[in-house]
Amino acid sequence: MTAPLLEVQNLTVHYSARHRRIPPLLAVDQVSFTLHAGETLALVGESGSGKSSTATAVLMLRRPQGGSIRFEGHELTSLDERALRVLRPGIQPVFQDPYGSLSPRKSVFDAIAEPLRVQGRWAPRTGPARVAELLDLVQLPGSVAERLPQELSGGQCQRVGIARALASEPRLLVLDEPVSALDLSVRAGIVNLLTELRDELGLGQLFISHDLALVRHVAHRVAVLRRGRIVETGPAREVCDAPSHPYTRELLSSVPGLDRLPTTSPPPAPDLS
Amino acid sequence: MTQPLLTVRDLRVGIQAMTVVRGLSFDVTAGEMLAVVGESGAGKSITAQTVLGLLPAGTRISGSIRFDGQELAGAPQQAYQRLRGRRMAFVPQHAMSVLSPVHTVGEQLALAVQSVQRLDRKAANERAVAALDRVGIADAGRRARSYPHEFSGGMRQRAVIAMAIVNNPDLVIADEPTTALDPTVQARILDMLDELREQSKMAVMLVTHDLTVAAAHADRILVMYAGRHVESGPIGRVLAHPRAPYTAGLIASLPPREATGGKLPAISGAPPAPEALPPGCAFAPRCPAAVDACAEHEPQPQQIGSGHLASCHRVNELPRRTTELYA
Repeated sequence: MTAPLLEVQNLTVHYSARHRRIPPLLAVDQVSFTLHAGETLALVGESGSGKSSTATAVLMLRRPQGGSIRFEGHELTSLDERALRVLRPGIQPVFQDPYGSLSPRKSVFDAIAEPLRVQGRWAPRTGPARVAELLDLVQLPGSVAERLPQELSGGQCQRVGIARALASEPRLLVLDEPVSALDLSVRAGIVNLLTELRDELGLGQLFISHDLALVRHVAHRVAVLRRGRIVETGPAREVCDAPSHPYTRELLSSVPGLDRLPTTSPPPAPDLS
Repeated sequence: MTQPLLTVRDLRVGIQAMTVVRGLSFDVTAGEMLAVVGESGAGKSITAQTVLGLLPAGTRISGSIRFDGQELAGAPQQAYQRLRGRRMAFVPQHAMSVLSPVHTVGEQLALAVQSVQRLDRKAANERAVAALDRVGIADAGRRARSYPHEFSGGMRQRAVIAMAIVNNPDLVIADEPTTALDPTVQARILDMLDELREQSKMAVMLVTHDLTVAAAHADRILVMYAGRHVESGPIGRVLAHPRAPYTAGLIASLPPREATGGKLPAISGAPPAPEALPPGCAFAPRCPAAVDACAEHEPQPQQIGSGHLASCHRVNELPRRTTELYA
């Protein structure tokens, strides 16, 4: 077995109130998990369960109060900003709001080129070709390069956000509800793109979602969070089909109406009354 | 067959230079839940607000909106004011957009009661507490003295529903009432709405983008795309045997129950902007079954089963299982 891409142990995040007498809020409480290259691990749970706090800690956007985060063998929590900057391109986020994640004043081209420029990997000759390659990777036509986010659909914006994340050649994507803000008819396309990229590029994916039907489809493993703790973890299919924790069962039973959607059984003759 | 409570015929709604609802017809019968399903820009919220008379002056409305026999299209605001809050009520997505932060929940509910009938404060308060109790707020008498910010998101939404039902309306129009809530809270609130519907003969028009919510709670469904009717009918029938390619695509692209992994059948492209609609059928550029003729005329709803209508030029030529179009 190869070493995991990401190894989180006893992660603890709390938010302290401004007032000293109010006790700090324990958002993530002793959370541990591992994630391998080419694997999707889903974090599910309701708002306040600690999903996004965990993601923020893995991205090192906010230093956790305790525990360890090892990425490709580096202990992120003990590194200073300068050392982190070298590793940051390896872990890239994709956010929920496709428009909110892009600057309204930057063209698609500039949005994707920015990480390359910031990381000193921009050359006038190869840069534009790399942007074109990234657009192609997320299945967007080259013609969108000069457009602004407001001229694009939500699904297209989300593809730009993914292309920007891929520009840094990450090994790990942190996907925080990547399709829940998208139109119904474009979600499946983005879900397919994310799975293809994972399989082709061998990316690890930390997939945060509250949509259990979707998680069951895309994830290899699931960790169910409740009030900052993992209450159940295991292969996605097992957790979703035979949950052992009552909270997971409640989450699953709140996915409405799935039993009324069509199955593979053949349809009866059409009623032409 | 009893007369429907709400009958909408050939509704057109224009806002500034755009026509956002383009010839829509549907009924809501007493006691039923109609789910209006579509993605952003489909015109479902505008339809809801038009029925309630909530759109700003200057909106162009044509067609017919009959509520219990009374024509509302073109009616003066006073006609709406006599109906809203009494016979039809609105539940918006964001509870805080209708709750005042500076009055207790009980005061606001009592005011809603007193706005339609002369009752003293004590009697109005009793009605307010009873309504909070009906929407499942525990210890309603005490909670009525709380302010909205002291409520959780789910409780606020319950309070807004309490405000909608406090005067026993015939029709509640709920626009994505649970979309902003956690799934477990959403399920409990929708179950509660089902119970309320069973107790009274209240009809609910539920605007949602979530097919699974519609599947679990609605009696009938109306699927909209680009301001028009795509498909409507009894929920079980439409979901099991969608006849319009758009409905079939939405259903086909849901993560399946049986298998995991693999590609999801996906609809290509993106919904059109209301100011740049394609000619003919608005779905044609994305439709796997489209032929040249689809770009010439807009399809009209055709009856294809009892109460089941689909708007598609090719409805009689499609494969029996339409979801296969996306295989």
